[in-house]
Amino acid sequence: MLDSTDRKIIQATQAGLPLTPEPYQAIAEQLGLTAGDIMKRLLAMQDKGIIRRIGVVPNHYKLGYRFNGMTVWDIPDEATDELGQKVGQLDFVSHCYHRPRHLPEWPYNLFAMVHAKNREDVDNQIRQIAELLGGFNHGCDVLYSTRILKKTGFRSSEKSACDQSVIDQAT
Amino acid sequence: MDEVDRNIINTLQNGFPVCAAPYHQVAGQLGLTELELIARLKALLDNGTLTRFGPLYNAEQMGGALTLAAVKTPADRFDEVTKIINSFPEVAHNYARDHALNMWFVLATETPRQILQTLAAIEQQTGLTVYNMPKIKEYFVNLKLEA
Repeated sequence: MLDSTDRKIIQATQAGLPLTPEPYQAIAEQLGLTAGDIMKRLLAMQDKGIIRRIGVVPNHYKLGYRFNGMTVWDIPDEATDELGQKVGQLDFVSHCYHRPRHLPEWPYNLFAMVHAKNREDVDNQIRQIAELLGGFNHGCDVLYSTRILKKTGFRSSEKSACDQSVIDQAT
Repeated sequence: MDEVDRNIINTLQNGFPVCAAPYHQVAGQLGLTELELIARLKALLDNGTLTRFGPLYNAEQMGGALTLAAVKTPADRFDEVTKIINSFPEVAHNYARDHALNMWFVLATETPRQILQTLAAIEQQTGLTVYNMPKIKEYFVNLKLEA
Protein backbone atom coordinates (compact mmCIF):
# COMPACT_ATOMS: atom_id res chain seq x y z
CA MET A 1 0.00 0.00 0.00
CA LEU A 2 2.84 2.38 0.84
CA ASP A 3 5.84 2.61 -1.42
CA SER A 4 9.30 3.76 -0.48
CA THR A 5 8.57 7.37 -1.47
CA ASP A 6 5.50 7.44 0.77
CA ARG A 7 7.64 6.09 3.58
CA LYS A 8 10.26 8.77 3.02
CA ILE A 9 7.54 11.42 3.22
CA ILE A 10 6.26 9.89 6.46
CA GLN A 11 9.78 9.94 7.87
CA ALA A 12 10.32 13.53 6.78
CA THR A 13 7.09 14.68 8.43
CA GLN A 14 7.31 12.67 11.62
CA ALA A 15 8.42 15.71 13.59
CA GLY A 16 5.68 17.75 11.93
CA LEU A 17 5.39 20.11 8.99
CA PRO A 18 8.14 22.66 8.44
CA LEU A 19 7.18 26.11 9.73
CA THR A 20 8.22 27.89 6.57
CA PRO A 21 5.95 29.62 4.05
CA GLU A 22 6.23 26.75 1.55
CA PRO A 23 6.37 23.65 3.74
CA TYR A 24 5.72 21.10 0.99
CA GLN A 25 8.46 22.65 -1.11
CA ALA A 26 10.81 22.36 1.88
CA ILE A 27 10.03 18.64 2.23
CA ALA A 28 10.45 18.17 -1.51
CA GLU A 29 13.91 19.74 -1.47
CA GLN A 30 14.94 17.51 1.38
CA LEU A 31 13.84 14.39 -0.52
CA GLY A 32 14.86 15.41 -4.03
CA LEU A 33 11.25 15.54 -5.24
CA THR A 34 8.95 18.32 -6.38
CA ALA A 35 6.39 20.06 -4.18
CA GLY A 36 3.77 18.69 -6.56
CA ASP A 37 4.89 15.11 -5.84
CA ILE A 38 4.68 15.71 -2.10
CA MET A 39 1.23 17.29 -2.29
CA LYS A 40 -0.13 14.60 -4.58
CA ARG A 41 1.06 11.82 -2.29
CA LEU A 42 -0.16 13.53 0.89
CA LEU A 43 -3.61 13.93 -0.65
CA ALA A 44 -3.60 10.31 -1.81
CA MET A 45 -2.62 9.10 1.67
CA GLN A 46 -5.38 11.25 3.12
CA ASP A 47 -7.91 9.70 0.72
CA LYS A 48 -6.84 6.21 1.72
CA GLY A 49 -7.06 6.97 5.43
CA ILE A 50 -3.34 6.51 6.00
CA ILE A 51 -3.33 10.16 7.03
CA ARG A 52 -6.32 10.81 9.27
CA ARG A 53 -5.91 14.55 8.88
CA ILE A 54 -3.28 17.25 8.67
CA GLY A 55 -3.48 19.69 11.53
CA VAL A 56 -2.73 20.38 15.18
CA VAL A 57 -3.04 18.15 18.22
CA PRO A 58 -3.58 20.14 21.40
CA ASN A 59 -2.53 19.06 24.87
CA HIS A 60 -5.87 18.52 26.66
CA TYR A 61 -4.61 19.72 29.98
CA LYS A 62 -3.17 22.95 28.57
CA LEU A 63 -6.58 23.78 27.14
CA GLY A 64 -8.12 23.25 30.57
CA TYR A 65 -9.59 19.79 29.94
CA ARG A 66 -8.72 18.16 33.23
CA PHE A 67 -11.43 15.50 33.18
CA ASN A 68 -10.48 12.99 30.53
CA GLY A 69 -12.48 9.93 31.30
CA MET A 70 -12.66 6.53 29.73
CA THR A 71 -16.35 5.66 29.90
CA VAL A 72 -17.10 1.96 29.46
CA TRP A 73 -20.48 0.39 28.81
CA ASP A 74 -22.02 -3.06 28.79
CA ILE A 75 -24.38 -3.23 25.85
CA PRO A 76 -25.64 -6.16 23.76
CA ASP A 77 -22.94 -7.20 21.27
CA GLU A 78 -25.39 -7.14 18.37
CA ALA A 79 -26.19 -3.48 19.11
CA THR A 80 -22.61 -2.20 19.29
CA ASP A 81 -22.38 -1.06 15.68
CA GLU A 82 -25.53 0.98 15.71
CA LEU A 83 -25.00 2.44 19.18
CA GLY A 84 -21.26 2.93 18.74
CA GLN A 85 -21.91 5.12 15.71
CA LYS A 86 -24.37 7.23 17.66
CA VAL A 87 -22.14 7.61 20.70
CA GLY A 88 -19.17 8.48 18.47
CA GLN A 89 -21.15 11.28 16.92
CA LEU A 90 -21.62 13.10 20.24
CA ASP A 91 -19.38 16.13 19.98
CA PHE A 92 -17.63 15.56 23.31
CA VAL A 93 -16.64 11.97 22.45
CA SER A 94 -13.20 11.85 20.86
CA HIS A 95 -12.88 8.10 20.34
CA CYS A 96 -15.34 5.27 20.45
CA TYR A 97 -14.47 1.58 20.16
CA HIS A 98 -15.98 -1.86 20.46
CA ARG A 99 -13.60 -3.96 22.58
CA PRO A 100 -13.86 -7.47 24.03
CA ARG A 101 -15.36 -8.18 27.44
CA HIS A 102 -13.47 -10.24 30.02
CA LEU A 103 -16.20 -11.86 32.05
CA PRO A 104 -16.91 -11.87 34.86
CA GLU A 105 -14.59 -9.05 35.97
CA TRP A 106 -14.95 -6.84 32.93
CA PRO A 107 -18.41 -6.85 31.34
CA TYR A 108 -17.89 -3.70 29.28
CA ASN A 109 -17.68 -3.81 25.49
CA LEU A 110 -18.13 -0.18 24.38
CA PHE A 111 -15.47 2.41 25.18
CA ALA A 112 -15.98 6.15 24.71
CA MET A 113 -13.44 8.79 25.71
CA VAL A 114 -14.93 12.03 27.02
CA HIS A 115 -13.25 15.33 27.80
CA ALA A 116 -14.43 18.13 30.04
CA LYS A 117 -13.11 21.08 31.99
CA ASN A 118 -15.02 20.32 35.18
CA ARG A 119 -16.77 17.54 37.02
CA GLU A 120 -20.24 18.85 36.32
CA ASP A 121 -19.68 18.81 32.56
CA VAL A 122 -18.27 15.32 32.55
CA ASP A 123 -21.17 14.01 34.65
CA ASN A 124 -23.51 15.63 32.19
CA GLN A 125 -21.73 13.99 29.25
CA ILE A 126 -21.99 10.58 30.88
CA ARG A 127 -25.69 11.16 31.46
CA GLN A 128 -26.15 12.01 27.79
CA ILE A 129 -24.47 8.78 26.69
CA ALA A 130 -26.62 6.80 29.14
CA GLU A 131 -29.75 8.45 27.78
CA LEU A 132 -28.74 7.64 24.23
CA LEU A 133 -28.11 3.98 25.10
CA GLY A 134 -31.40 3.78 27.02
CA GLY A 135 -32.49 0.23 27.76
CA PHE A 136 -29.42 -1.21 25.99
CA ASN A 137 -27.22 0.02 28.83
CA HIS A 138 -26.66 -2.90 31.19
CA GLY A 139 -23.95 -1.22 33.23
CA CYS A 140 -21.23 1.37 32.99
CA ASP A 141 -18.17 2.75 34.69
CA VAL A 142 -15.84 5.71 34.23
CA LEU A 143 -12.11 5.40 34.68
CA TYR A 144 -10.13 8.58 35.16
CA SER A 145 -6.41 8.48 34.85
CA THR A 146 -4.78 9.27 38.16
CA ARG A 147 -1.17 9.26 37.02
CA ILE A 148 0.82 9.01 33.80
CA LEU A 149 3.29 6.17 34.31
CA LYS A 150 4.78 6.30 30.83
CA LYS A 151 4.18 8.38 27.74
CA THR A 152 6.50 8.09 24.80
CA GLY A 153 6.34 8.26 21.10
CA PHE A 154 6.22 4.96 19.34
CA ARG A 155 9.27 2.84 19.08
CA SER A 156 9.76 2.93 15.37
CA SER A 157 10.55 6.31 13.99
CA GLU A 158 7.66 6.05 11.57
CA LYS A 159 5.11 5.52 14.25
CA SER A 160 6.03 8.62 16.18
CA ALA A 161 4.01 10.57 13.65
CA CYS A 162 0.89 8.53 14.25
CA ASP A 163 -2.29 10.19 15.18
CA GLN A 164 -2.03 10.91 18.87
CA SER A 165 -5.68 10.13 19.13
CA VAL A 166 -4.99 6.52 18.28
CA ILE A 167 -2.90 6.19 21.37
CA ASP A 168 -4.74 8.76 23.45
CA GLN A 169 -7.38 6.11 23.93
CA ALA A 170 -5.61 5.44 27.17
CA THR A 171 -5.22 9.00 28.35
CA MET B 1 -3.16 32.02 25.13
CA ASP B 2 -5.39 34.71 23.65
CA GLU B 3 -8.33 34.77 21.25
CA VAL B 4 -6.03 34.58 18.22
CA ASP B 5 -4.34 31.45 19.55
CA ARG B 6 -7.70 29.87 20.28
CA ASN B 7 -8.83 30.65 16.76
CA ILE B 8 -5.70 29.08 15.31
CA ILE B 9 -6.09 25.92 17.40
CA ASN B 10 -9.77 25.52 16.59
CA THR B 11 -9.24 26.14 12.88
CA LEU B 12 -6.24 23.84 12.52
CA GLN B 13 -7.92 20.94 14.30
CA ASN B 14 -10.17 20.80 11.26
CA GLY B 15 -7.39 20.45 8.76
CA PHE B 16 -4.58 22.24 6.98
CA PRO B 17 -4.53 22.88 3.24
CA VAL B 18 -2.31 21.04 0.81
CA CYS B 19 -1.25 23.84 -1.55
CA ALA B 20 1.89 25.81 -2.39
CA ALA B 21 1.46 28.44 0.36
CA PRO B 22 -0.84 26.90 2.98
CA TYR B 23 0.08 29.24 5.84
CA HIS B 24 -0.76 32.19 3.63
CA GLN B 25 -4.18 30.70 2.90
CA VAL B 26 -5.01 29.94 6.54
CA ALA B 27 -3.62 33.28 7.73
CA GLY B 28 -5.97 35.04 5.33
CA GLN B 29 -8.97 33.24 6.84
CA LEU B 30 -7.83 34.20 10.34
CA GLY B 31 -6.99 37.84 9.55
CA LEU B 32 -3.29 37.32 10.21
CA THR B 33 -0.18 37.56 8.11
CA GLU B 34 1.58 34.40 7.07
CA LEU B 35 4.54 35.16 9.34
CA GLU B 36 2.31 35.94 12.32
CA LEU B 37 0.61 32.58 11.93
CA ILE B 38 3.91 30.74 11.69
CA ALA B 39 5.28 32.56 14.76
CA ARG B 40 2.14 31.79 16.77
CA LEU B 41 2.24 28.11 15.81
CA LYS B 42 5.88 27.88 16.77
CA ALA B 43 5.16 29.44 20.17
CA LEU B 44 2.20 27.10 20.81
CA LEU B 45 4.38 24.09 19.98
CA ASP B 46 7.30 25.39 22.06
CA ASN B 47 5.17 25.97 25.17
CA GLY B 48 3.46 22.59 24.88
CA THR B 49 -0.06 23.85 24.15
CA LEU B 50 0.17 21.85 20.95
CA THR B 51 1.76 18.42 21.00
CA ARG B 52 1.93 18.14 17.23
CA PHE B 53 1.37 19.96 13.98
CA GLY B 54 1.45 18.04 10.73
CA PRO B 55 0.00 14.91 9.12
CA LEU B 56 -1.48 12.44 11.62
CA TYR B 57 -0.84 8.95 10.40
CA ASN B 58 -2.98 5.94 11.19
CA ALA B 59 -0.65 3.33 12.68
CA GLU B 60 -2.66 0.32 11.64
CA GLN B 61 -2.91 1.47 8.04
CA MET B 62 0.88 1.55 7.99
CA GLY B 63 1.10 -2.09 9.01
CA GLY B 64 1.68 -1.57 12.70
CA ALA B 65 -0.38 -3.10 15.47
CA LEU B 66 -1.85 -1.54 18.59
CA THR B 67 -3.69 -2.78 21.59
CA LEU B 68 -5.00 -1.55 24.91
CA ALA B 69 -4.38 -3.84 27.88
CA ALA B 70 -4.84 -3.72 31.62
CA VAL B 71 -3.67 -5.48 34.79
CA LYS B 72 -4.86 -5.62 38.39
CA THR B 73 -1.79 -4.72 40.38
CA PRO B 74 -1.70 -5.25 44.14
CA ALA B 75 -1.01 -1.91 45.85
CA ASP B 76 2.23 -3.15 47.41
CA ARG B 77 3.56 -4.21 44.01
CA PHE B 78 2.49 -1.14 42.08
CA ASP B 79 5.93 0.42 41.64
CA GLU B 80 7.59 -2.88 40.81
CA VAL B 81 4.97 -3.77 38.19
CA THR B 82 5.15 -0.25 36.73
CA LYS B 83 8.87 -0.71 36.31
CA ILE B 84 8.50 -4.07 34.57
CA ILE B 85 5.79 -2.91 32.19
CA ASN B 86 7.49 0.38 31.37
CA SER B 87 10.71 -1.46 30.58
CA PHE B 88 9.14 -2.86 27.40
CA PRO B 89 9.85 -0.56 24.47
CA GLU B 90 6.58 -1.79 22.93
CA VAL B 91 4.67 -0.03 25.72
CA ALA B 92 3.91 3.43 24.36
CA HIS B 93 1.70 4.70 27.17
CA ASN B 94 0.92 3.50 30.64
CA TYR B 95 -1.63 5.07 32.97
CA ALA B 96 -2.70 4.49 36.54
CA ARG B 97 -6.47 4.41 36.79
CA ASP B 98 -8.91 4.49 39.60
CA HIS B 99 -10.31 0.94 39.28
CA ALA B 100 -9.59 -2.66 40.28
CA LEU B 101 -7.91 -2.85 36.87
CA ASN B 102 -5.55 -0.12 37.96
CA MET B 103 -2.90 -0.07 35.25
CA TRP B 104 -3.75 0.47 31.59
CA PHE B 105 -1.20 0.50 28.83
CA VAL B 106 -1.03 0.78 25.07
CA LEU B 107 1.24 -1.48 23.07
CA ALA B 108 2.48 -0.49 19.65
CA THR B 109 4.42 -2.99 17.58
CA GLU B 110 5.37 -3.63 13.99
CA THR B 111 3.21 -6.77 13.71
CA PRO B 112 0.15 -8.29 15.42
CA ARG B 113 2.26 -11.27 16.44
CA GLN B 114 4.61 -9.06 18.46
CA ILE B 115 1.61 -7.80 20.45
CA LEU B 116 0.84 -11.32 21.65
CA GLN B 117 4.49 -12.05 22.36
CA THR B 118 4.87 -8.89 24.40
CA LEU B 119 1.69 -9.53 26.39
CA ALA B 120 2.90 -13.05 27.16
CA ALA B 121 6.25 -11.70 28.33
CA ILE B 122 4.52 -9.13 30.55
CA GLU B 123 2.38 -11.88 32.12
CA GLN B 124 5.40 -14.01 32.70
CA GLN B 125 7.52 -11.24 34.25
CA THR B 126 4.77 -9.75 36.43
CA GLY B 127 2.90 -12.95 37.27
CA LEU B 128 -0.32 -11.02 36.63
CA THR B 129 -3.15 -11.74 34.23
CA VAL B 130 -3.13 -9.28 31.34
CA TYR B 131 -6.55 -8.25 30.05
CA ASN B 132 -6.05 -7.69 26.35
CA MET B 133 -8.63 -5.35 24.84
CA PRO B 134 -7.77 -4.81 21.19
CA LYS B 135 -10.34 -2.83 19.33
CA ILE B 136 -12.88 -4.94 17.49
CA LYS B 137 -14.28 -1.93 15.73
CA GLU B 138 -13.57 1.77 15.67
CA TYR B 139 -16.59 4.03 15.42
CA PHE B 140 -14.96 7.37 15.70
CA VAL B 141 -11.56 8.89 16.21
CA ASN B 142 -11.43 12.59 15.98
CA LEU B 143 -10.01 14.46 18.82
CA LYS B 144 -11.18 18.04 18.56
CA LEU B 145 -11.20 20.13 21.67
CA GLU B 146 -12.57 23.64 21.62
CA ALA B 147 -9.75 25.91 22.79
